[in-house]
Amino acid sequence: METSIWRALFYLVGIMAFAGLNAAYLGWCERKGAARIQRRIGPCEAGYAGLWQPLADGLKLLSKQLLVPQGVDGIIFRVAPVLAMIPAITSMVVIPFSDNIGARAMELSVLLLFALASIGMIAILLGGWASGNKYAIISAARSVSQNLAYEIPMLITVITVVMISGSMNLREIALDQQGGFWHWNIFRLENGHFLTMWISFIIFFICSVAETNRAPFDMAEAESELVAGFMTEYGSMGFGLFMMGEYLNIVVGACLTATLFLGGWDCPFGLTPGVWWFLIKIYILIFTFIWIRWTYPRTQIYRLLNLSWKILIPFSLVNLLITAALIKVF
Amino acid sequence: MTVPIHLRHDETFVLNLGPQHPATHGVLRVKLTMDGEYIVKAEPVLGYIHRMHEKMAECGTFAQFMPNTARMDYLHALAFNHGWALVVEKAAGIEVPERAEYIRVITVELNRIASHLLWWAAFLLDLGGFTPLLYAFDDREKIIDLLERVTGSRLTYCYMRFGGVYNDIDEEFITGTRDFIKRLRGRMPRLYHDLVTHNIILIKRIKDIGIISAEQCRRYGATGPVARGSGINYDIRKNEPYSVYPEFDFDVPVFDEGDSMARYMVRMHEMEQSMRIIEQALDKLPDGPVMGKSPKVLKPEAGYYYSAVETARGSLGHRLVCDGGKNPYKLKLRSPTFSNLSLYGEVAEGMLLADALAFMGSLDLVIPEIDR
Repeated sequence: METSIWRALFYLVGIMAFAGLNAAYLGWCERKGAARIQRRIGPCEAGYAGLWQPLADGLKLLSKQLLVPQGVDGIIFRVAPVLAMIPAITSMVVIPFSDNIGARAMELSVLLLFALASIGMIAILLGGWASGNKYAIISAARSVSQNLAYEIPMLITVITVVMISGSMNLREIALDQQGGFWHWNIFRLENGHFLTMWISFIIFFICSVAETNRAPFDMAEAESELVAGFMTEYGSMGFGLFMMGEYLNIVVGACLTATLFLGGWDCPFGLTPGVWWFLIKIYILIFTFIWIRWTYPRTQIYRLLNLSWKILIPFSLVNLLITAALIKVF
Repeated sequence: MTVPIHLRHDETFVLNLGPQHPATHGVLRVKLTMDGEYIVKAEPVLGYIHRMHEKMAECGTFAQFMPNTARMDYLHALAFNHGWALVVEKAAGIEVPERAEYIRVITVELNRIASHLLWWAAFLLDLGGFTPLLYAFDDREKIIDLLERVTGSRLTYCYMRFGGVYNDIDEEFITGTRDFIKRLRGRMPRLYHDLVTHNIILIKRIKDIGIISAEQCRRYGATGPVARGSGINYDIRKNEPYSVYPEFDFDVPVFDEGDSMARYMVRMHEMEQSMRIIEQALDKLPDGPVMGKSPKVLKPEAGYYYSAVETARGSLGHRLVCDGGKNPYKLKLRSPTFSNLSLYGEVAEGMLLADALAFMGSLDLVIPEIDR
């Protein structure tokens, strides 16, 4: 790949625009989606179908003072929201949007994504800790134990994908699945992988819901228990950045799921593969996230941890063994 | 789930839950001594919305206190209206016409359904499910509209009078009520039970959580769905019948488990029973006046009077002391939620924070009624 300054600039602007647009408009989508599920209308005043609502919210948040409570660790308190946002945007560098759209196709890009995802967890921990609020600290502690518990089965299932594709490069993994839905990792007809890969997909999807702190696993910001969790003391854009970081994490999670399991930019019927298929896939996945959130009540922290340690991790380990055996046999 | 752990009493911190907290539904403050996420000690602190209603009763005439009753339990305000009307009628010996009694029962039971729907909505909100709230409010809105039609207000009713009710019900109210019952019966299995009651996350959250024994209920004087969820078959409407309740055929749902799920199921079944009562009352509704003869100025004979009604949250007792004047000499209310809340500290000990809040939601607390 040629490395001209224009290419770098193009991707910098492109990724920032994509991230910004998603961060703003997923909030709108969520509100509209929730409204439809709840038989309401949702935002409708600002512009057609409330389309200016994210802009209005953003302006409102920007115009407010970032209130730093007395006695908190000011630097960490201010840094935490930024830290929640940056890794999510950075992750998009390695995501292959289509055959020829993708900023960097580096080896070990899967590993990089997980490393960056962990920084998001540190942001929550720092934000909660720096707030000096008991609810925020409980939330931060919950968030850490939750993320630890769910990164393990998630990584184990990713290993199955990596074993099949023989690469840790997301682009290579996507290229490996081209040519119709029967080549996608989730269905994968050859070599008997259809036996295990859908289990991997389900485990991966559950984990990505838990990783992004979304309901029914939104232990960290359980509003009826912990007020607003780690965000309790945050107002104005500090809160805004946390929210945007949350939505961007969802986008990254959906991109990762689409690339690892759903063939990336591949068309299900082998026609015109391209970036639009990738976008369709990620937005279907994001809608599923929203759908789940507004349908189910929240679970309990120990049930959440039990689910991970007692069900998901054993299942993913067995799944890994079977996949390895299948690769050996065929 | 009670987790067998050794609570450490030396390394604890105090967590102030409330008076402004999304899960306490009002201004209840609970001082929690916590060991991590486990509760070592829970002390409910009351009085943030104390308005001296009982003193206000002494300062005004009997009729002047009627609007106050609705400001205590604003979710089942008509039962509080009814309780006050009953005790004053008992004291002054006022006869109530048959039709008025039926209308009282119909409106009180409609209000009971509205109260249970709101409890259901708020309980699910405590458990993190926001969507059921709006479904329940959709149904509740229909009841509020119906009651607005006859009582003139939507939440804090002042509908009962000594000797009857303020307004007769009309044909539109009757058909509207029948339509509403049909609608709720149609929605109940699908929206309420399939979506929520049978949801595995909900069942895991509330089954075997917050177990109250029958002995604890008796010790603290818990009544209503809390007691009936612990296997105590006690409902004032059956045990000490008042008004025209003996004329209706209805069951008192009782569950023996004593956990949050049992209380949940009691309330869900009670809504069905209330609908049965309303249907029967509408079928049997007699003609006649809705106001009996009642003196302009009430001066009950001196003495002690007591009467109790069953509200959505339990039994509400009015103890009225009259000295022969036109004001009550003394009024003491025995409100159901106060006793139900008293359980909280004992049962919440050793629970996780999230479970304790789910348990609090299952008690169906209305704070203004506790503080009065």
